[in-house]
Amino acid sequence: MSSTIPSELHYTETHEWVRSQEDGIVTVGITDHAQHLLGDLVFVELPEVGRVVAVAEGCAVVESVKAASDVYSPVDGVIVEVNELLADNPELINEDPYEEGWILRIKTSADLEGLLDAAAYELIAIDEDEDEEGSLTNAKLAG
Amino acid sequence: MAKRTPLYNGHLALGAKLVDFGGWDMPLHYGSQLKEHHQVRNAAGMFDVSHMTIVDFPDPDATRALLRYLLANDVARLYSGKALYTCMLNDTGGVIDDLIVYDQGESGYRLVLNAATRDKDLAWIAPLAERFNAAWRERDDLAMLAVQGPEALAKLETVLDAPTLQAVRASGRFHAVDSGGAFIARTGYTGEDGVEIMPSVEDAPALWKRLLDAGVAPCGLGARDTLRLEAGMSLYGSDMDETTTPLVSGLGWTVAWQPPDRDFIGRAALEQQRAAGAPQTFVGLVLEERGVLRSHQTVHDGDREIGVTTSGAFSPTLNRGIALARVMTGVGEHCQVDVRGKRLSAQVVKPPFISRPS
Repeated sequence: MSSTIPSELHYTETHEWVRSQEDGIVTVGITDHAQHLLGDLVFVELPEVGRVVAVAEGCAVVESVKAASDVYSPVDGVIVEVNELLADNPELINEDPYEEGWILRIKTSADLEGLLDAAAYELIAIDEDEDEEGSLTNAKLAG
Repeated sequence: MAKRTPLYNGHLALGAKLVDFGGWDMPLHYGSQLKEHHQVRNAAGMFDVSHMTIVDFPDPDATRALLRYLLANDVARLYSGKALYTCMLNDTGGVIDDLIVYDQGESGYRLVLNAATRDKDLAWIAPLAERFNAAWRERDDLAMLAVQGPEALAKLETVLDAPTLQAVRASGRFHAVDSGGAFIARTGYTGEDGVEIMPSVEDAPALWKRLLDAGVAPCGLGARDTLRLEAGMSLYGSDMDETTTPLVSGLGWTVAWQPPDRDFIGRAALEQQRAAGAPQTFVGLVLEERGVLRSHQTVHDGDREIGVTTSGAFSPTLNRGIALARVMTGVGEHCQVDVRGKRLSAQVVKPPFISRPS
């Protein structure tokens, strides 16, 4: 399975992507690789705007047909906006994980340099694909 | 290595995501489990269920006696061409497996058992079959395809000859047609009309291909699970097992109490439980808030824990979380389910969750 990993974004080992904007606001979502692993999403639990979050703290939950999965904050900060469209359209995360399927925005003073870049994240994603291929003996997934 | 059905290469070619299921490499989905679910509800989809265990008993008389003792439902209710859903119980009334029996008239009986329980089922059945002098053989030379959905029978026009299709249409639900080696049963696990076809392992890939060409969507076990759950059908190992009786699993309707002198394995235990009053009842739950229900979530009535979900999912048809649950007898119309630490309110309903034309 080949998933998209845009080069301009930052990533976490737990499969969140981070896009930095002006005014110290970052947008967070889950990666294409993550949505592939989860399968069809059917529910997204969004946090309250204004909530203070710490790095690696669970701040949203995405549920697929298969399982519930926490979304972890990639930085310390305050949640300033959530993607309300996901309440009725969780499939946006499957269809367009990096744009329409964004999950929340955090105001932060954190430096993003501690996060993974696209090349480093790709190694993690490839590793997992190979693990999955091994366990499933499915050559199609390697492609 | 996991076992593979004769359609394994076809699944790979269609880009299936495969998972281990009861020791078999089976398709979970072919891209989108949700689309596959809707395809079966709205048109027609097909499932490779060749992993299921098919056992034939060629001697009708010896087998009838065996099955009337082995199974909680009564095969004496059957006639040639008719099918019966039943539990196979242990001495304490626990469910060893659930299965379908097909009455094949002069040709005897066919049982279709779950794949994951194959070994223990056959180990249970073998000595009893010997005692009743009923010969049997496992039909691992057969594959099994389920074609399900409101358009399923229409789609069969391209794969069945006209007289056979006519016989299938005329046969009605829970009947089977055996014409020239092609065994076609009007059974399934989705709540939709459709058939389960049992071709030879050799013929299965060509049949699959012709159904694909006819526009029948390949569907995986993921969609099969949400379809059966919406239809209120039990999943062995989740909704019932050897520690639970049919009476606390929503399967009391499958127990044939009449005639009272029929001795079947588990009967005494069931009669005792029935007389004492079953402590638990089996219900459907529909989440009244946004969210998804899963199995093994606790069910509450205010401060009181009253049960646990045995199967749960997001219902694509209802757009809500649904579950089957075993709860204390006397549950009201509403309850709360513990969903990852939060109590979400749910309506208590009698399955099925969806109504379909029968």
